[in-house]
Amino acid sequence: MSPTTLLITAATLPDGSHTDILVEHGTITELGARLSRAGATTVDGDGLQALPGLVDLHTHLREPGFEQSETVLTGSRAAAIGGFTAVHAMANTSPVADTAGVVEQVHSLGEQHGYVTVRPIGAVTMGLAGTQLSEIGAMAGSRAGVTVFSDDGKCVADALLMRRALEYVKTFDGVIAQHAQEPRLTEGAQMNEGALSGELGLRGWPAVAEEAIIARDVLLAHHVGARLHICHLSTAGSVEVIRWAKARGIAVTAEVTPHHLLLTEELARSYDPRFKVNPPLRRDEDVQALRTALADGTIDIVATDHAPHPMESKECAWDEASFGMVGLESALSVVQLAMVDSGLIGWADVARVLSTTPARIGRLAGYSDPFAVGAPAQFTLVDPSARREFAVGQLHGKGVNSPYLGRTLPGRVVATVHDGYATVLDGELVDAATVAQNARVHRG
Amino acid sequence: MRHLLSTKGIDRATAVGILDVAEDMADVATREVKKLPTLRGKTVINLFFEDSTRTRTSFELAAKRLSADLVTFSAKGSSVSKGESLKDTAQTLAAMGADAVVIRHSASGAAHVLAQSGWIDAAILNAGDGTHEHPTQALLDAYTMRKRLHGVASRGRDLDGLRVTIVGDILHSRVARSNVWLLEALGASVTLVAPATLLPSDLSTWPVTYGYSFDAALDQSPDVVMMLRIQAERMSAAFFPNAREYAREWGLDDERLDRLRADTMVMHPGPMNRGLEISARAADSPRSTVLEQVANGVSIRMAVLYLLLSGEREADQ
Repeated sequence: MSPTTLLITAATLPDGSHTDILVEHGTITELGARLSRAGATTVDGDGLQALPGLVDLHTHLREPGFEQSETVLTGSRAAAIGGFTAVHAMANTSPVADTAGVVEQVHSLGEQHGYVTVRPIGAVTMGLAGTQLSEIGAMAGSRAGVTVFSDDGKCVADALLMRRALEYVKTFDGVIAQHAQEPRLTEGAQMNEGALSGELGLRGWPAVAEEAIIARDVLLAHHVGARLHICHLSTAGSVEVIRWAKARGIAVTAEVTPHHLLLTEELARSYDPRFKVNPPLRRDEDVQALRTALADGTIDIVATDHAPHPMESKECAWDEASFGMVGLESALSVVQLAMVDSGLIGWADVARVLSTTPARIGRLAGYSDPFAVGAPAQFTLVDPSARREFAVGQLHGKGVNSPYLGRTLPGRVVATVHDGYATVLDGELVDAATVAQNARVHRG
Repeated sequence: MRHLLSTKGIDRATAVGILDVAEDMADVATREVKKLPTLRGKTVINLFFEDSTRTRTSFELAAKRLSADLVTFSAKGSSVSKGESLKDTAQTLAAMGADAVVIRHSASGAAHVLAQSGWIDAAILNAGDGTHEHPTQALLDAYTMRKRLHGVASRGRDLDGLRVTIVGDILHSRVARSNVWLLEALGASVTLVAPATLLPSDLSTWPVTYGYSFDAALDQSPDVVMMLRIQAERMSAAFFPNAREYAREWGLDDERLDRLRADTMVMHPGPMNRGLEISARAADSPRSTVLEQVANGVSIRMAVLYLLLSGEREADQ
């Protein structure tokens, strides 16, 4: 007996066609017009855009160790309300996710809560210390099945270690996700280096510190024939390097965050730490270059870099504040604003950059052909015509460090379906007990 | 004025107005009783997260000469050094009924954060925030220049046409930043001189000309040469090789001093590194305004406290 039978009527698929969607036993069982099923929970999809379940390749869930900032449960809820059905949890927890034990714990917490698939990312180096490889094989072979490895928050700066890591993960069909930041060039860095940082007296984070590492690493990946993924690419120069690498056939993929597609360094003028993030907000020229690159495929995906922090980490002077912004709840709206409403891409492209391609990079099964009979039911329904005043009430994780508070954002997630059951209905999260129960039934 | 956070955005009339009030305040210092009752009953808190004996003392004297109640809240040895946040400190001072907070902080923008936070309603006076601004220093510098130029006829005058060369660690200098904006507002033209490592990487939006050669700048016969303090730790961070080389290229040594016109002003915000950025003879020469700057600092700070605290406070800046 399936936990739920869902019938979505007259939704618009990413390719623009309209269809009813019947979901039974965790699977899409019928597509077509005027479907019906007795006892099904029905969602009126008229005017709603259906998208495959969004997949975030870059989330900070903070558990274990920093539960005052976020937990697997609260982060999962933030993800579901944002339209996500899978997130990749970064390794910079405490203890660091550098052993099979930690990644299995995070993975099973995700299963237990059931809002999204939680896929742990393993640390590249022990304790993120950048000196010794972590137990990559053990994490890959664990129940968590880790495929993405990253020291995110820190750059794998040692060239030899990076080379070895790229080579070693080939063994497990894994990928290294590099946080590209030359550490010596960015000591004490606070914001983008340029005319504005000089005026504000904030220590600069030069674009070259990102671009130099990306250039080095695409050459290393080419040399050893490995896959490489670049986290949160933020500069026009980085786009040029990636474009060059792809033209040479190097197996590199790149992500951009929603905030780097919309916001610029000018926001630092307020000294409001909500706008302090790493890599920093850049110039308008960079934002335009990132948008173009995402539209033409040079940048493969959008990933949130959802980074919740407790209040006190942002209620202070800029230099003293933590880097990071929450992003799961706003990501789709920001992509709609920056990319869709501006005419640069369509909804099929949104499905590609926020679901299909991140799933492929992370080797996450079930996302290659999302709206087909027999496909696992992972999708979200969005009302693109909605406009919402973005406020704290729309944040469902623990962090309220959103740069969009007070802005009007387009689009609203009406429903999210994960493993065939609803995690969001009528624009509201389904309660945790129901979701956990449905997840249990789904696992069998 | 609601707060004084930076000199950026101050217009000429406002700047001249502050300097004129400072003229009145300077007169007080010449009296037998150096005190005005103007701010009686007002509470001024000196909130110093960084040590700065000179600036702190100058503000203390200014507040006391205006009869304000003044308390110095020094971060060293207080709850601040035990991890109390800027927010808690601010709310504590608000609860104590501070009318003005003079803040010195190592983080750029700290005064802005305090003014915009809603944690405290007091007037915020920036006494130096990180490598951002130090507005009262720039005001006292402008006052000093005007006084040297126009003497007793200073009131109402700006600095139109004055050519000021600022030499040294521009990148890390809050004094330089505040001077650049204020001098522009007052009609002076500014030239910055430093090794390329100590200039901001992009000066395209600054109303200045800049160069690397001190000697070339001196060839232009500036009206004012302002030397900035060089910090020893810049050497270890590879901004320049050593003190000897810095002094040779960018120090105001005796030879360069002798190339200046007799009426060229030599300024320094203090404290000086004699023998590094400025020679002893230059510091003590009649061209030097260093001690005038200190004296004028009290008048300027009296003027700013007076403008922030007397009469009706404006609703916003």
